[in-house]
Amino acid sequence: MLKDITIGQYFPMNSVIHSLDPRFKIVITLLMIIMLFSGGSMICLAIGAVYTVMAMLLSRIPLKLFWKSVRPLMPFLVITAVLNIFIIRSGDTLWKWKFISITEDGLNSSAFMIIRITLLVMGSSILTYTTSPITLTDAIERLLSPLKKLKFPVHELAMMMSIALRFIPTLIEETDKIISAQKARGAEIDSGSLSHRAKNLVSILVPLFISSFRRADELATAMECRCYHGGEGRTRLRQLRSSYKDYIALIITIVFLAAVIAAGRIF
Amino acid sequence: MNNIIEIHDLHFAYKGNENGEEKEVLKGIDLNIREGEFLAVLGHNGSGKSTLAKHMNAILLPTSGRVTVNGIDTADEDRLFELRQCAGMVFQNPDNQIVSSIVEEDVAFALENLGVPYEEMRKRVDDALKAVGMYEYRLHSPSQLSGGQKQRVAIAGVIAMSPKCIILDEPTAMLDPKGRKEVMETIRRMNREHGITIILITHYMDEAAACDRVIVMDEGRIVMDDIPPKVFSRVDEMKRIGLDVPQVTELVWQLRKSGCDISPEIISGEECVDAIMKLFKS
Repeated sequence: MLKDITIGQYFPMNSVIHSLDPRFKIVITLLMIIMLFSGGSMICLAIGAVYTVMAMLLSRIPLKLFWKSVRPLMPFLVITAVLNIFIIRSGDTLWKWKFISITEDGLNSSAFMIIRITLLVMGSSILTYTTSPITLTDAIERLLSPLKKLKFPVHELAMMMSIALRFIPTLIEETDKIISAQKARGAEIDSGSLSHRAKNLVSILVPLFISSFRRADELATAMECRCYHGGEGRTRLRQLRSSYKDYIALIITIVFLAAVIAAGRIF
Repeated sequence: MNNIIEIHDLHFAYKGNENGEEKEVLKGIDLNIREGEFLAVLGHNGSGKSTLAKHMNAILLPTSGRVTVNGIDTADEDRLFELRQCAGMVFQNPDNQIVSSIVEEDVAFALENLGVPYEEMRKRVDDALKAVGMYEYRLHSPSQLSGGQKQRVAIAGVIAMSPKCIILDEPTAMLDPKGRKEVMETIRRMNREHGITIILITHYMDEAAACDRVIVMDEGRIVMDDIPPKVFSRVDEMKRIGLDVPQVTELVWQLRKSGCDISPEIISGEECVDAIMKLFKS
């Protein structure tokens, strides 16, 4: 029952976007977010849309998956958009009934908001779709490494993140086992009233926590045995190499960003 | 041959509970392990065998007495990494000792910690993976592997440090028979082909029967220390400690009790068949 949870949303594939250096990808994603938020007019948004759609196509990830990433947000987006339509009262009135009126500005800003958020979510999922969680962690560690000078525990955070990623499948398996074991003892986990089921959840969580602590203890010993002593003087098997492709991608992104900012000034 | 591990009058007590009681787990261990030896440590739960193993890697330090590994005192903090490189350790639960989500990165973990440069690390990781026969799985996630394969990855992670000895704390206890066989074959090959000293803590008698030397522990003391046929021929003593003997030994013992003339030092199946055939003929 828990087997179908997918961890991260990485889709291994052979595309230009997949082959980019994850550090560049993170920076580019940040620039893309700025791009989508910096222009206030439809033209700015159109330029941003061209950029995002281009990146989505280049990633060769089925477009259906991008739609899947926004779908859970859709109800919220629609509700906000509808509220926007009725609340904004400036601009030409298109339709009026008693105290409810719909204006051109209202329609415009609703559409603008929906498109902007959709692009934002789809655009950022390119990053998680094309980069494995472990490389992502690695890239974050390296991008944040200047913070080490400020005594910020960058290596420790990255290590915790990668261990968490490593143990997700293990803990899912374990949870499955505990659920089966508790069911065999007569626990009602799938049936009964909500409060009843919530109470029964305790019988799953307690053993899960206890075993996690034991695992943590054993893992710490095993790590010590293999000479782990923090991030100091550590070398890495995974080498992140940037190539000309990364610079090209970065330059394209900056050009688009500049275009959006310029368009925002002019229109 | 030189002794790789020397243990002299080792006592160890766990720091007590709230009442300040101390529980003495090891009560005066004297043990020398020669280089290249394949040693099994037997004992029932609580006999102190895991505690002993943890002393060989400086995870625990003696309350009194001395443990040296390759000439390095385990109490010498300055040489801790050197010592742990020399004596690698593999634990019971394969899931709880694999650190990374990718097989080859897990094998590289120790080397990364030791600051080995990339080119050398790449080579040593590949060699270690080939040595345990897991090279084609190098890019897999550990969660996709079977228990036996995970344990082989853990062994590769230790081999990559090029240790002189490997201490394995019940490495097959959580595996199915196939996984046990895989792991045992890997360990034996490490011993024969790479000359690595193996200290295998186990409660499987047939695994111990395949070693060069068997140590039996009881109540924090070493009570037997000999080659497997000699140890297993002391069936009465073994049973008193709460240990079984290999099936073959059990059979021979029963035959002897019922008055058959058969050597008590038989531990392999073939030897046993031969001896019984001889009995029939005579």
